Amino acid sequence: MIEFFVAPLQYGFMVRALIGSVLVGVMCPLVGAYVVTRNLAFMGDALAHAVLPGMVLGFIVGINPAIAAVPTGVAVAVLVRIVSRRAGFSTDTSIGILFAAMFALGLAMLSLSTTIRVDMEDLLLGQLLAISPTDIYVSLGITTVVILGLFALHHWLLFASFDPVGSQVVGARANIVDYVLLVMLALVIVIGIQAAGVILVMAMLVTPAATAYLLVRRFVSMMMAAAAIGTAAAVTGLYISYHFNLPPGPAMTLVASGIFALAISFRRRVPA
Amino acid sequence: MNPAPYPHAARMSLRDVSVEFDGQMALRNVSFDVDAGTLMGVVGPNGAGKSTLFNAIAGLLPVRRGKVTLHRVDRRSGALAYVPQRESVNWRFPVTAMDVVMMGRCCRLGWCRRPGKRDRELVDACLYRVGLWDHRSALMTELSGGQRQRVFVARALTQEATVLLLDEAFSGVDAGAQEGLVEVLQTVRNEGRIVLLATHDLTNLAGRFDQVLCLNRHVCACGPPDEVFTSEVMEQLYGAHGVRLANDGEGGKRR
Repeated sequence: MIEFFVAPLQYGFMVRALIGSVLVGVMCPLVGAYVVTRNLAFMGDALAHAVLPGMVLGFIVGINPAIAAVPTGVAVAVLVRIVSRRAGFSTDTSIGILFAAMFALGLAMLSLSTTIRVDMEDLLLGQLLAISPTDIYVSLGITTVVILGLFALHHWLLFASFDPVGSQVVGARANIVDYVLLVMLALVIVIGIQAAGVILVMAMLVTPAATAYLLVRRFVSMMMAAAAIGTAAAVTGLYISYHFNLPPGPAMTLVASGIFALAISFRRRVPA
Repeated sequence: MNPAPYPHAARMSLRDVSVEFDGQMALRNVSFDVDAGTLMGVVGPNGAGKSTLFNAIAGLLPVRRGKVTLHRVDRRSGALAYVPQRESVNWRFPVTAMDVVMMGRCCRLGWCRRPGKRDRELVDACLYRVGLWDHRSALMTELSGGQRQRVFVARALTQEATVLLLDEAFSGVDAGAQEGLVEVLQTVRNEGRIVLLATHDLTNLAGRFDQVLCLNRHVCACGPPDEVFTSEVMEQLYGAHGVRLANDGEGGKRR
């Protein structure tokens, strides 16, 4: 049994993958708690796709794609708010427009570039097993920033999430808090993409938080439970992928979905 | 009627205020004054512009013409508290009564500071004051309509607000709880705060307000309840049905 857990760690890439999966398992669900309770799932999905041009640009100019993805994600998050405010469309519509436009831009850059050969599958499904030390440092940096942000703005985030109108009356801060949340969302998505890829990052963002929502009462407990469930799913998924020769992204997703299915059967809360 | 002045007595005055909403002039030439220590009911049918009026006072909607003046009220420091309509609150968000009351401390705490002992004591005191100490750990979704409104009032108190705006405060609140809410608001008023409560259904509680503003896109009447509810005003507000209400004495004259 101990062999099951220890044997894979004799390889450097597996140690890095384990660190990466813990970071994804903690960070995506922490922010995911806001995603689930504020109906931001589509926004999250869009951000994950929209950072593609940034990553491709990273490959072209030879910097770490995760570093290049950060400003792209932040820019798109801010753009969505601006477009929906200025053009008067619903947030959903604005997200749909920007999401497709940015993803298409990334694909166009990818096929026009003659210098890089990136496997599209790696981008879409993640490459946790090929995660580099630089990727880990980027993820650790993002983790520090997001944890500090969540801690410092906790009460403002609660206020703006529960009562958007009431919080706006108190000051322009509520608006800034919403932007900061979107920026943090873009940041954790960058960590998530490394592990699970553009498509399956949603499983880390939404599924553990939704599971926690069914099991606990208060928002803070929900964040903690979501992080625990996310970590369990990510690490279990990684070991399953090693021992059964599966790609890690789908393995993590399936574990997280399995826990969600169990929670549905034992839930305390019916979603409002 | 007005008690001793509150240390930071606020005053509100609106002069010829016109506000557009959805491309239509939702309010025309609204003028009225409210002194410190006033509980004012804002009544009018659906679509009369009550929410628009509150949004304009709160600074959420631009005033097209005229002027809203809030004397000695600094919105940024939380002096103005807004209790929104039920529909604009995110009930899916799982917070307890205590969490919501603590939100009132946000603007006093500023950016990155965390609440301290004094903040927690104030939250406890305000919950106790509105009669919800026993329900402090209940989720907002587990509370009744009247209890939820009282949580929001407690939040306004921790915010140290001098002006409270309660939009459609009676919707989803049964008659007994409406009475309880008005009683709490009267004690808040007694400290010199200004309380404005909007409601579309004329209950027999209208007589419990110090002032009533009858609104139907313009000010139909403004004054003490026993003066404003005349058949003429009721017809302007609710049409022929309103006149029957006034004649039946349900328009607030009973008390």
